[in-house]
Amino acid sequence: MEWIPVLGLNIQLHLDGLAYLFALLILGIGLLIILYARYYLSERDSMSRFYAYLMLFMVAMLGIVLSNNLIQLWFFWELTSISSFLLISFWSYRSDARKGARMALTITGAGGLALLGALLLIGHVTGTYQLDEVLGMSDVVHESGYYYVILVLFLLGAFTKSAQFPFHFWLPHAMAAPTPVSAYLHSATMVKAGIFLMARFFPLLADTDAWFIVVSLTGMATLLVGAYTALFKHDLKGLLAYSTISHLGLITLLLGLGSELAAIAAVFHVINHAIFKASLFMAAGIIDHESGTRDMRKLNGLWKYMPVTATLAMVAAASMAGVPLLNGFLSKEMMFAETLNQYTLGALSWWIPLLATVGGALSVAYSLRFMHDVFFNGEPIGLTKTPHEPPRYMRVPVEVLVVLCLVVGIFPQFVIGDLLNAASSAVLQTELPEFHLHIWHGFNVPLAMSAVAITVGSFLYIKRKHLFNFQGQFNDIDAKMIFEGVVQDIVQKAGVLYRWFDSDSLQRAMFLMLLLSLAMVSYPLLTMASVEGTRPQIPTNWVVTFCTGLLIISTLLTVWWSHLRLRALLALSVVGLVVSITFAYFSAPDLALTQLSVEVVTILLFLLALFFLPQHSPVIDSPLRVIVRDLGVATLFGSVVGTICYAMLTRPLESISDFFLENSKSGGGGTNVVNVILVDFRGFDTLGEITVLGIAALGIYKLLLRITLAMPTANSDGVPWSRESHPVLLALVSQSLLPLALLVSAYIFLRGHNMPGGGFIAGLITAIALIQQYVAHGVEWMKQRMPINYQALIASGLCIAILSGVGSWVFGFNFLKTWYDYFYLPGIGKFELASAMVFDLGVYLTVIGATLLILANLGKMTTSERLRLRGGKE
Amino acid sequence: MEFSFALGVGFLTGAGVFLMLRGQTFPVILGLTLLSYAVNLFLFASGRLVINGAAILGTTDTYSDPLPQALVLTAIVIGFAMTAFVIILAIRARTDMGNDQVDGREASLTTDELVERKHRKENKR
Repeated sequence: MEWIPVLGLNIQLHLDGLAYLFALLILGIGLLIILYARYYLSERDSMSRFYAYLMLFMVAMLGIVLSNNLIQLWFFWELTSISSFLLISFWSYRSDARKGARMALTITGAGGLALLGALLLIGHVTGTYQLDEVLGMSDVVHESGYYYVILVLFLLGAFTKSAQFPFHFWLPHAMAAPTPVSAYLHSATMVKAGIFLMARFFPLLADTDAWFIVVSLTGMATLLVGAYTALFKHDLKGLLAYSTISHLGLITLLLGLGSELAAIAAVFHVINHAIFKASLFMAAGIIDHESGTRDMRKLNGLWKYMPVTATLAMVAAASMAGVPLLNGFLSKEMMFAETLNQYTLGALSWWIPLLATVGGALSVAYSLRFMHDVFFNGEPIGLTKTPHEPPRYMRVPVEVLVVLCLVVGIFPQFVIGDLLNAASSAVLQTELPEFHLHIWHGFNVPLAMSAVAITVGSFLYIKRKHLFNFQGQFNDIDAKMIFEGVVQDIVQKAGVLYRWFDSDSLQRAMFLMLLLSLAMVSYPLLTMASVEGTRPQIPTNWVVTFCTGLLIISTLLTVWWSHLRLRALLALSVVGLVVSITFAYFSAPDLALTQLSVEVVTILLFLLALFFLPQHSPVIDSPLRVIVRDLGVATLFGSVVGTICYAMLTRPLESISDFFLENSKSGGGGTNVVNVILVDFRGFDTLGEITVLGIAALGIYKLLLRITLAMPTANSDGVPWSRESHPVLLALVSQSLLPLALLVSAYIFLRGHNMPGGGFIAGLITAIALIQQYVAHGVEWMKQRMPINYQALIASGLCIAILSGVGSWVFGFNFLKTWYDYFYLPGIGKFELASAMVFDLGVYLTVIGATLLILANLGKMTTSERLRLRGGKE
Repeated sequence: MEFSFALGVGFLTGAGVFLMLRGQTFPVILGLTLLSYAVNLFLFASGRLVINGAAILGTTDTYSDPLPQALVLTAIVIGFAMTAFVIILAIRARTDMGNDQVDGREASLTTDELVERKHRKENKR
């Protein structure tokens, strides 16, 4: 099924032997857990929430094993991390549950990111994200040069999920979860996801020395650390958690040995471990539930109180220890046999079977401890309630699993042979070597190893007092403290970094941003061969030189005078003027007209604003060091931008504008291509732009609405402002100029489609003409004569523009499609009418409305009307 | 001629950047205005320089590129709206915060002076 086909993301499911095996485990044990949890949860717990999380997890886990798409697989992978987080923190009122959940999520989530990296690289190298295709491309991956990166990232993902040393520490803390969760997620299924992944990608990645050494040594370390630590745990679940780690290490070790039989043994042990460990966890949960504690120093002699549970738990524990006739024995024998058949460490390869035997012995010791300490060894100490057998159906899941232990242990080939065959061939993707599951292989070395392990393990347990004393000399390393410390440290460092970037100072932030963009822009320039391109240049003349000089001088003066505000404005207006001339000179009359009129409005606005801003600025506003630094950055920036500009100007142009030039007359009905682009080709952009204009004006209106401005009455030297506000001469002249100005703007507007002009420019001219009246006569005078609501003007302009676009729908055209035709009127002659003109009218009105709304509102603040308003209030 | 144009753009940019890094609002607004000139000219330059080639059909043989011109035209108008907005924001900030620093803090004042000033204000009330 296609999901995001562009990215090669499809939802694909794929069921082979391995997936089938895991699906069986997930669903089978899941079913038992569901039954068990029904009795385990107390009435205070939200049953529905628990089951919702559990089902979510189940779906996610099934998703992992059934995915045939790498990204889809990763998605479900992360989903298991999240549902595991939710389940661990199910008793969210407990601080250890919250912390454990957070730790598990952090570790497995980080691993998930690494895995994503690995999967993306695999997809990049092989060109497909489809699992079954990828698995056959082992050579491609090996030769790509990315192999080691992929391997490291991949193993990080698998090891964190499957709690391999040194990432194992999250698993014991995840035991804060309700026991059904521990039984299901943290022993039988989720922690096996890493194993599953290694098995799944076994044919792709696992035939190099790097894989053998890293995986087998990690597995071995995990096996030993887990088994050793398990021996000293007083908490039942703690013991089981570390034993889980140790068994996961064992499976990893098998996968790392690289031989085919070892891989088969690994798959076999996955099944066996899931069966006996889930039943052990459930038994531990029953003990906890019925006796109120999991502390093995208090729990003793439970045999008398719950004989059936005790029998079941002991059978499972014996399987864990690897006692003959039980399933654990079989896979352990296979493991011992395979450790003898490997040459990973060269001449020192005999270390591995030796260490494996040590691990086996430790595992016998902690299994014995589980059996003897809990069910025998005297009487319970300080229990709050008398232990008893659990409800009938709470025990059923344990019974089922223990029976499975026995059946698999006694009739392995009959019960599990086919499943194992199918799963193993899916792992190896080749023909399976001959192998037989028997309980009795005759007297051989593996059997001897088992015997040694059991003997030494029993001995260790009997002499445990000495061991405990020995271990007691060392301080326990609390992984949680270290982890929390690291997290705190990272948070603190992040805080320092953040404060360094964002120190409340806008200037500093701006400075950093400029530096960054400078670096990004300059880098490509450094690699450019030459600044100058091949385009023929226009020879310069004295006018251009003069204008450039004027521009530079007035720019510098603007900076120099920036503390003398009025003079800075004068210099700035000269800059604006030169810019307009530049536009005019280089064949852009529309731009020149627009720039000129905007210039007028801007300077007027600045002048008004000066009234309200402080009249004085310090000549030097910051330390000299800062000024020099800023000057440096500004110079660099200017030079870089100038260089880019020059490089661009001297290179040939490939433009899409030929289309506009060709179709302007025939399609848009106008000869002024710039205007036709604005109102026709790119009309939708223009609509957006006038909307922005309107919004800006309304925003300003709102900002000025409830402002209390300080009204200066004198300049900085104490000379009072002139009270004579409206000179008569100005009033007379401007009043008589108004009709003329309006006529000009109408002319500019009408001719805009064919000659320089149009709605923007005409709107600005009209606005300037009206502003002049404001300046000459004052707000009140204007208000009486022109009672126009500028907000309404903006709105109507926008409406007209939109309607002109919508109108073309009526005729079955696209939005904003232009229609035009020619008409004859007696006396005037032939003229053209285009629907684009209506759109331009909208632009015209919006521009007038916005400009006047801004200026008139600010202007109003300075006038007597405002004083009267304030007076009225007081 | 291209060189002169680029030189002008460079100077405008540099001056704009320098003023933008100042602490007071007025120079910052001046800087923004200069920078928007520079940006507009730069955008315009992406159509290259053509003399006597206004994009009015039928008036000349070689036309200048009309597309950057259309873009710059709207950019000028929007630039005006933005400048206006920033100016009003500066005025508003001055009345609300009592100074005309871009980040609302007076650079020359130490924390003690600010605290003292605050006390004085409260006492007045």
